[in-house]
Amino acid sequence: MRALTDQFRSFLLLELGKGLFLTLKYFFKPKVTINYPYEKGSLSPRFRGEHVLRRYPNGEERCIACKLCEAICPAQAITIEAEPRDDGSRRTTRYDIDMTKCIYCGFCQEACPVDAIVEGPNFEFATETREELYYDKDKLLANGDRWETEIARNLAADSQWR
Amino acid sequence: MDFLMQEWVLELGWILLQILVVIGPLLIAVAYLTLAERRVIGFMQLRKGPNVVGPFGLFQPFADALKLMAKETILPSGANKVVFLIAPMLTFILALVAWAVIPFGEGLVIADINVGILYLFAISSLGVYGVIMAGWASNSKYAFLGALRSAAQMVSYEVSMGLVIINVLLCVGSLNLSAIVEAQRGMWFALPLLPMFVVFFISTLAETNRAPFDLPEGESELVAGYLVEYSSMSFALFFLGEYANMILMSAMTTILFLGGWLAPFDIWPLNIIPGPIWFILKIVLVLFVFLWVRATTPRYRYDQLMRLGWKIFLPFSLLYVVATAGFLLATDNLPAVMGG
Repeated sequence: MRALTDQFRSFLLLELGKGLFLTLKYFFKPKVTINYPYEKGSLSPRFRGEHVLRRYPNGEERCIACKLCEAICPAQAITIEAEPRDDGSRRTTRYDIDMTKCIYCGFCQEACPVDAIVEGPNFEFATETREELYYDKDKLLANGDRWETEIARNLAADSQWR
Repeated sequence: MDFLMQEWVLELGWILLQILVVIGPLLIAVAYLTLAERRVIGFMQLRKGPNVVGPFGLFQPFADALKLMAKETILPSGANKVVFLIAPMLTFILALVAWAVIPFGEGLVIADINVGILYLFAISSLGVYGVIMAGWASNSKYAFLGALRSAAQMVSYEVSMGLVIINVLLCVGSLNLSAIVEAQRGMWFALPLLPMFVVFFISTLAETNRAPFDLPEGESELVAGYLVEYSSMSFALFFLGEYANMILMSAMTTILFLGGWLAPFDIWPLNIIPGPIWFILKIVLVLFVFLWVRATTPRYRYDQLMRLGWKIFLPFSLLYVVATAGFLLATDNLPAVMGG
C-alpha cells in the first residue's frame, strides 16, 4: 500500500512542485550580491591587506630596523638593510617587501615593537606587472601616509583585545 | 518575358521580407534569452546575474557575441573538417527553418501548410543529426559520448511527444497549426489534456537537452559533451541553434496547448490585444518555466532518463490516446477531418 501511494505521489510531481515553488520564492527575495566596485563589504579592524610603514605624528619614521619582521616572516618576503643615520639613530636604508611572496599572515605587524609595519585595510592593489609588486621603502612609507587615518582607527579599535 | 520576370522577383522579395521579419526578431530574442537565462537563474540563486554591461546588463548578449566572434575557430587535427563545420550550421538552420509554419496570429504565417505539425515534428527530429555529426566529426571521446547520449535521448522522447501530439490531433481533426489554434477558442487544450501538457513540456525539455535532461552537455562529467571541440562562431551557431530550438519548442507548446495567439478569455479588455502579442507573451511564459526548471532540478541519471521516457511517458501517453479517443467517440465529439 505504501509503495502504491508513493508511486501515486511521484506521479503527481508533488516533490517537483515543491522544489519549483521554493525557487520561485527565492526569485523574489532580495539579492545578496554586493555590487562591487560601487558597493563594498565591511572589513574587520583586524583585516590584513596591503602593508604600510607608519610614521610618528612629527614625521619621523617609526621603524628602528630591529629586523624582527624580517626574521619572523615565514615566506621570507621582507629584506632589510640598516645603518646608523647621521644623527646616530638606527634606521633602515632598505626595506623591501616582495608582495608576490607575502602570504598576509600578519606576523610582521605582530612582531613589530613600534607598530611601524602594519597591514592596512587596502586590498585593491592589483597591478599589471609583477615588478610593481616588489615594494620598496618609499612605496611603503607613501602607503603609510595614505592610509594612516584608517590604520590608526583600526589599531585603536583592536587595542582593547591586545 | 519581362513582365513574368518582374512578378517572379516581386514574389521572391515578398517571401524574403517575410523571412526577415520572422528571423530578425527571432535572433534578437535568442540573444536576450541567453541574458534572461542568466538573470533568472541568478535571481533564483539570490544573485543578480549580469547587470553591468548597459542598463540592467541589456548589452551583455552583444558583448558575448563580440567576444565569441573575436576568438579563433579551432579545427581539431583529427576532425573530419567538412562534417565538423556543417554540423553547427545544420543545427542552426534547422532551428530557424521550422519557424516557416508557426502562425503568429490569424493568417500571420509564412507557409500555412496542411501538415504543419508533422513538418515541425520532422524538423525538430532532424536536430539530432547536427549533434551526431558534431560528436562524430570532432574525433574526441567526450564529444562522441555526448553525441551518443543526446541521440538516444532525443529519439526516446520523440516517441512520447508523437503520442501526445496525436492526443491533440484527435481533438482537432487537422494537422494545420492554425486550425489547431482555432480549435482552442472555447478552451485551451492545456485543461482537458493537462497530463499530456505536462508530459509534452517535460519531453520538450529532453528534446532541447535542457536541465534536468542536459546529459549530452553534462558539464560536470563530459566537459561540454558534443560541444567540447567547438570554439568561436561554430560554437556560437550551436548555442544560437539550441536557444532558438528552446523558443521553437515553447512556440509549439503554446500552439498545441495554450491556445496560440488566442486571448485567455474572449472578453473585452483581453481580446483587443492583438494575437501576436498574446502569442509572444505565452512563449515568454513557457520559456520562463524552462529557465525556472533549470534553476530547480538536478540532472537526471542516464538510466532514470531512459526509464522516464520509455517506461512512464510512453505507456502513459499511449493510454491517454486510447482514453481521449474513447471519450470523444463515446460523447460523439470526434471532429470531422478538416483539410483533407
